[in-house]
Amino acid sequence: MTQLWDFSGGIHPPEHKDVSTARPIRNAGVPDYLILPLQQHIGDPAEAIVEVGERVLKGQKIADVKTGMGVPVHAPTSGVIESIADYPVPHPSGMADRCITLKPDGEDQWCQRSPVKDYRALERDQVLQIIRDAGISGMGGAGFPTNIKLRPPRDRKVSTLILNGAECEPYITADDMTMREKADEVVAGLKIMAWILRPERCVIGIEDNKPEAIAALRKATEGTQTEIAVIPTKYPSGGEKQLIQILTGMEVPSGGIPADIGVMCQNIGTAVAVAQAVFEGTPLISRVVTITGEAVREPGNFEALIGTPIEHLLEQAGINQDTVSRLVLGGPMMGYTLTTEAVPVIKTTNCVIAATATELPAPPSEQPCIRCGQCAEACPMELLPQQLFWHAKATEFEKAEHLNLFDCIECGACSYVCPSSIPLVQYYRFAKGEIRAQQAEQLKADRARERFEARQARLEREQQEKELRRKERAKAAAEAAAKKQAEAEKAAAEGEAVDERAAKSALVEQALARKKAKAEASQPPAPSAQPTPSAPPAEQKPDIEALEKQLTQARSKLETMQGMLDDAKAQQADNVEKLERAVAKNHDRVQRAEEALSEAREKLAAGSTESQPTH
Amino acid sequence: MAFVQQSSPHAHSARPTSRVMLWVLIAALPGLLAQTLFFGWGNLINVVFCVGLAIASEAALLKLRKKPVAFFIKDNTAAVTGLLLGLSLPQFAPWWVSAVAVISAIVVAKQLYGGLGSNPFNPAMVGYALVLVSFPVAMTTNWAEPAMLWDGAPGFGETLATIASGQQTALDGWTMATPLDEYKHKINTHTAAEVLNHPTFGAGIAKGWEWVNAAFLAGGLLLIGLRIISWHIPAGFLGGLIVMSVAFGSNADLYTPLSLHLLAGGTMLGAFFIATDPVSAATSHQGKLIYGAGIGILIYLIRTWGNYPDAVAFSVLLMNFAVPFIDHYTPPRTYGHHKARRGVPGSQG
Repeated sequence: MTQLWDFSGGIHPPEHKDVSTARPIRNAGVPDYLILPLQQHIGDPAEAIVEVGERVLKGQKIADVKTGMGVPVHAPTSGVIESIADYPVPHPSGMADRCITLKPDGEDQWCQRSPVKDYRALERDQVLQIIRDAGISGMGGAGFPTNIKLRPPRDRKVSTLILNGAECEPYITADDMTMREKADEVVAGLKIMAWILRPERCVIGIEDNKPEAIAALRKATEGTQTEIAVIPTKYPSGGEKQLIQILTGMEVPSGGIPADIGVMCQNIGTAVAVAQAVFEGTPLISRVVTITGEAVREPGNFEALIGTPIEHLLEQAGINQDTVSRLVLGGPMMGYTLTTEAVPVIKTTNCVIAATATELPAPPSEQPCIRCGQCAEACPMELLPQQLFWHAKATEFEKAEHLNLFDCIECGACSYVCPSSIPLVQYYRFAKGEIRAQQAEQLKADRARERFEARQARLEREQQEKELRRKERAKAAAEAAAKKQAEAEKAAAEGEAVDERAAKSALVEQALARKKAKAEASQPPAPSAQPTPSAPPAEQKPDIEALEKQLTQARSKLETMQGMLDDAKAQQADNVEKLERAVAKNHDRVQRAEEALSEAREKLAAGSTESQPTH
Repeated sequence: MAFVQQSSPHAHSARPTSRVMLWVLIAALPGLLAQTLFFGWGNLINVVFCVGLAIASEAALLKLRKKPVAFFIKDNTAAVTGLLLGLSLPQFAPWWVSAVAVISAIVVAKQLYGGLGSNPFNPAMVGYALVLVSFPVAMTTNWAEPAMLWDGAPGFGETLATIASGQQTALDGWTMATPLDEYKHKINTHTAAEVLNHPTFGAGIAKGWEWVNAAFLAGGLLLIGLRIISWHIPAGFLGGLIVMSVAFGSNADLYTPLSLHLLAGGTMLGAFFIATDPVSAATSHQGKLIYGAGIGILIYLIRTWGNYPDAVAFSVLLMNFAVPFIDHYTPPRTYGHHKARRGVPGSQG
C-alpha cells in the first residue's frame, strides 16, 4: 500500500462525472474543416512550412518551430491547406491567433510513418527527438513541450515519476475514460518516459472515484514496479503541487519546479501520445475530449482530431441550442467561458461543458466579507485568501505579494466556498495582472533611464569631440587667417572689399589670375616650365581644399545644430528658439560655403579648360 | 447565440451568509429553550424584542446610509446580534436597557463603522458592555430566580408587564443573585459548602444554568459539525479558562470552582456563539486559538480578581482590540515556503 499524505484545505464539489462515463469513447470523425493554431504549446509559435493550396497527408508536419522552444503541428488528416490566417482560438480572452485551415479530402491518407519496435535500442536523445517530432506537449493544461520536460537539468535527477490520473475537476472524464480504455498504452507511455528518466519510483495517482480506471491500470501494471496510488477524492488533488504532496509528502518550493525536489508529473493523455509516437510513429493529431453538461443530450468522450471545431463535437453530442447558456472549456472550477463554439480542439483541450442556466447559474451578488475564514480553510496552498482579497481590492499590491499572492494556483476553492459570493480568484488575477504590468512598467522605466543616461554620456562625448574639433579648427583658422591677412592686404591695396565673401572671391580670382598667368607663362614652347615664384601651381589646390573643408565643417555643424534642435524640440526645452536661430545661421553659412565652392570650381574648371590644351 | 461570459470558478457552494447566520439562529434555540424552561419567559421576550429592534435599527441605518435595505437585512446578521443580546441580558431587564444595548450595538458598533464586515468590535458585546457599565443596578438585580416554567416562574403576562413597565428592578421574589455572583462575594467569608447552600446553586452545579450551558454547548457542537464555525476559538476559549482555573483556583474554599466557571455563567454562549463572530475575531487557525485562549484567560482574571461576576463581554472586546496584532503575527506557512511570512512588506516581523 502506497503511503499517502494529505494536503491542507480542499473542497468536495458535486462531481457530475457519471454523465459522461456512461458511453465509451466515440470517434468524432472528420469534420468539414480543421483549424490548427500554430501555438498550442508554451513557448514560441510554430511557423507554417506549407503553402496555401498545397495538399498534405495525414500526419505530415505542416508547421514547426525553427528556433526557440516549441513543438511542430501535424495535419490530422489528408487534405488541402485552405488558408493561413487569424481565427478565434481557445483562450480566456477569446482572441484570434494564426491558424492553418485544412480542408479534408476524405481519403485520410497517411504519410510515411516510422514506428520503433524496440526504443531501448535507441539513444535517449533519439527517443526525445521522436517525441518532439510527434508534436507532443503536455496535454493536461499548460502544454509544456514534453521533450524538454523529459530532459531536466543534470543536477535535477528525477527520482519519482508521477502519472497524474487524479482528474479532480468535476465533469471532466477524459483521463478516466482513457485509463479505462487505453490502459496498456498509458502504461507503455509511462514505461518509455521512465526509461528516459530512470526514476527510482513510478506512481500513477488516481482519485478513488474512478474504480474502473483503477482496475484497468492495476491489470495493465501487473508484474511491474509501477505503483497505483488510490488517493481520496478531494479537489484539487490533481493540482501538480497537491498531487506531489499527496504521493511524496514533499512540497515544491515556492517559485521552483517539481524537478527541484526530484519529482516529475506527466499527464495520462501525454503518456498515450508518447506511446503512439514511438510504437506507431503517429504524431499527436487527436485527443480525447469530454463533451458534457445538461445542454447536450448524449454527453460523453470523443476521440477528436486536433483542429476539430468545438461546434462539430457539440453537434455529435446532441447540443440543445435553446437551453445552453454558457460554454466552459475545461472544468467548472478552473475552465474559462468561450465566446464562440467555432474555436478548435487543441492539444490541451480536455473538456467542454455546455451548461444550462440552472446548472451553472450566475453567482449571487457579492456581499461584504464577514471574515469567516472558510476561504483559508479551503485553500490548498495555505494562503490567506481573505487578506489577499482586501489588499487586491485596496490595490495594496506590495502587501498582497508579501502574503504570497503569486503562490496562488487559482484553483477557485476559495471562491467556491465564499458565503459572501465574492469572486476572489478574479481579484487575485487582477492583482497579479496589475503587478505584472507594474513590473513591466518598471522595466521600461529602467530601460528608459539607461537610455537617457547613455544619451547624456554620448552628448557629453560629442561635446568634447566638438570642442576638440573646434580647437583644431581655430588653429587651422588662425593659420588661414594669417595667410588671408597677407592676401587681404594685397587685396586692400587693390581697393577690394574685405568682407569674407569678397575675400573668398578675391582669393579665387587671384588663384585664377595666377593660373592664367601660369598658363600664359607656359604658353611659349619653352619646355622648361619655369615656375613663377609668386604663384606656384601647388597653391591652387589648397584653396579648393580649404573651401571644401569649410563646407564640410559648416555642414557638420549644421547637422549637429539640427540634431540638438530636434532633441530640444522633443524635450520641449526652452532653448529651442536660440537653437533655431543658430540652425538658420549655420544654414546660411553652409549655403555661402557651397556657393563659394561651386563658384571656385566653375572658375577653376573654366581655367583648367583654357589651360588644358597646353598640357 | 451569446454565451454567458464569466471568470472561473463557475460552480459555487450554496451556503450564503444568510444561511450561515440562519444556522447560528437555529443552533441557539436549544439554549433559549433551556433558558425559558428554567428561568421563565424573560429571555424569550428579550430575544423577540431585541431581534425586532435590531432589524429595525439596521434597516433605518441602511436607509440613512443609502444602502440596499432588503439586500442587507436578508443576510440575517442583525438578527443574530439581537439574538445574542436577548440571550445575554438579565431576564427582567427593563425594555429601555435592552433598547440601549441593541441600538448602540447596531447603530454605533456596526453601521457607523461601515456595516457588515467592517466592525472591529463584536456589536452585541459593545451593547452589552455599555449597558453593564451604565446601568449596573438594572443589569445585576434582574436575574430570574431559577424556577421551572410550569412550577413557580412568573407567567408570560407578568413578565412582559414587568419588562415593559421600565422599572429599574423587578419584584424581589422573582430575582436572585447569579451563582457566579453569589460564589464570588460569599467565598471570602464562607466555606465552599456554606456558599453552595444558597438556593441559586440547587442540587446540581448551578440550578438551571447547567442546563442552559449544556444546551449552548450542544448548539455549538452542531455549528462545528456543520462547519459553520471552526473548533479553534471555542477550544482556545475553554482551554484558557480551564488552564487558569486549574492553575490558580483549584481550592474551592478560596476560588470559584471550575465547574461553575464552565457551567454557571455565559461561558458556553460566549465560547460558541459570541467569541466566534468571524468579523471581529482572528483569522488563521493559530490566531483563533490565541484569540480564544486570550478571552478564556481574561474571563478568569476578571471573574476572579475583577469587580464583575461575569466577564464575557469585556474579555471579548479586549481581545477584539488584539485581533490585528494577532493576525499580524500568525499567518499560516504557505505551501512551498520554509516559514510563514509575518508582518508587513519589508519588515522581518
